[in-house]
Amino acid sequence: MLCQQCKQRPATVHFTKIVSGEKSEYHLCEQCAQEKGDFFAKAAQAFNFNHLLSGLLNMESSPGVPVPAGAPVRCETCGMSYTEFTQIGRFGCPDCYDSFSARLDPLLRRIQSSETHTGKVPLRAGEQVHARKRLQQLRQELQRAVALEQFEQAAKLRDEIRRLESQFGGEEGR
Amino acid sequence: MSLGEFLQHGMSQWIRGGGPDDDIIVTSRIRIARNLQDIPFPVLQTDSHADEVIHLVQQALSNKSVQQIGRFEFVRCSDLSALDRYMLVEKHLMSRDLAEQVKHGAIALTDDEVMSIMVNEEDHLRIQCIMPGFRLAEAWQQANRVDDALESLLPYAFHERYGYLTACPTNVGTGIRASVMMHLPGLVLTGQIHRMLSAVSQVGLTVRGIYGEGSESVGNLFQVSNQITLGETEEEIIGNLSSIVHQLIEHERAARRALLSQNRGDLEDRVCRSFGILAYARKMDSKETLQRLSDVRLGIDLGIIRGVSASILKELMVVTQPAFLQKYFREELTPGERDIRRAALIRERLRLDDTEVH
Repeated sequence: MLCQQCKQRPATVHFTKIVSGEKSEYHLCEQCAQEKGDFFAKAAQAFNFNHLLSGLLNMESSPGVPVPAGAPVRCETCGMSYTEFTQIGRFGCPDCYDSFSARLDPLLRRIQSSETHTGKVPLRAGEQVHARKRLQQLRQELQRAVALEQFEQAAKLRDEIRRLESQFGGEEGR
Repeated sequence: MSLGEFLQHGMSQWIRGGGPDDDIIVTSRIRIARNLQDIPFPVLQTDSHADEVIHLVQQALSNKSVQQIGRFEFVRCSDLSALDRYMLVEKHLMSRDLAEQVKHGAIALTDDEVMSIMVNEEDHLRIQCIMPGFRLAEAWQQANRVDDALESLLPYAFHERYGYLTACPTNVGTGIRASVMMHLPGLVLTGQIHRMLSAVSQVGLTVRGIYGEGSESVGNLFQVSNQITLGETEEEIIGNLSSIVHQLIEHERAARRALLSQNRGDLEDRVCRSFGILAYARKMDSKETLQRLSDVRLGIDLGIIRGVSASILKELMVVTQPAFLQKYFREELTPGERDIRRAALIRERLRLDDTEVH
């Protein structure tokens, strides 16, 4: 069937409109449908990424994902509620991450590979974060070295960890 | 303005330039999402929040430390005509969402349009680097340098555990989306594409057609990008994507060789037929344009068509879109009129080259 508007392209959007009992049918191509107004465009977009995401966000009743009691339902900084977040699939402000963190980790495990950042750290966010990341990495390496019985390497790693810990521990106490 | 001049002006570097493996890789692109502390994300933004973000970004971009890396021209969406905004969309520099976000949006661009920064799109900042050919590592380096310079001037929202905070949880962590636009006619013509693409999506990458609706891809153009942004480093993300893209390139080359050796007659007929249609047709819709251009570009890559510049696919896939067409012909055009003008523009572009068909 050709588009009834331009009579050139195949009709891919089929639409029946009933206004006060009067029925009219439309068979349009994508382009003419878009020109006809945003009703068609919106209908075509109804099933989109946001809907899929909010579907995922609403999977809370699924087994193995307990929702901790007393978790805040609203971000105090921007006022967005958790329900609103699940509907639009977007946070309201950076603080939402902490406000909803209890419910966030299971979600992040579902849509990401983990819930902990391992990539770039902004220099300005301070050396603390850098030191902590480095410590984490060293501890992992130490475990690996011990498992592989590379004791010389393990000793070196242990010293480095102690050095960082004393530096870092001092800062934490302040 | 002649078409030659029109193409010289206002064309991004990725359209005119070349790069490694550019017989298959159209562009490499890195996009980094960043947000500012203590300001709501654009979804909840008031006018004054939006102005604050714009002011802070504009100020940072005029700082010497940033200017040493890139000279950005900054413009608010409200100061651009609708046509200009949609031309930026067609050049892959602005998202459709930002083009419609006239009130709060802004964009910063370098002269060569390699670097761009969208302001107040879904996130406060979307830093993008787009280059022709297979240059993901280089694009990341450049985007990262701009990010470093901005970070020293702007208070980014960063969380020790979650990393860079973004409006959508699918971008949190590194905030990075690395993507490669590939032209894969060989895999499509040999019927291998679906198997290939479903394999790719099983290793944490997303594939989609660049043009066309749903799963359909027009013009054999595909975009492969990382899906995960949290839990992997930027280098891991880019490394994974690169190694998959390398394999896709090898398969595409093998498919093209197989077509040439086993099916040369059919292939030449297809390529030359499409060339003839582009050179003589009086009406072309955008779908057919992309399909025929894909054939012609394959013909150029395989030496069947000579004398036509290889950049013709990129140039025409941008310039034959609605906003560019209307800019070139300087009038508003209905879809029907566009098809006629599109055909005229393509014929004119082909006359600029000294073609030889073998």
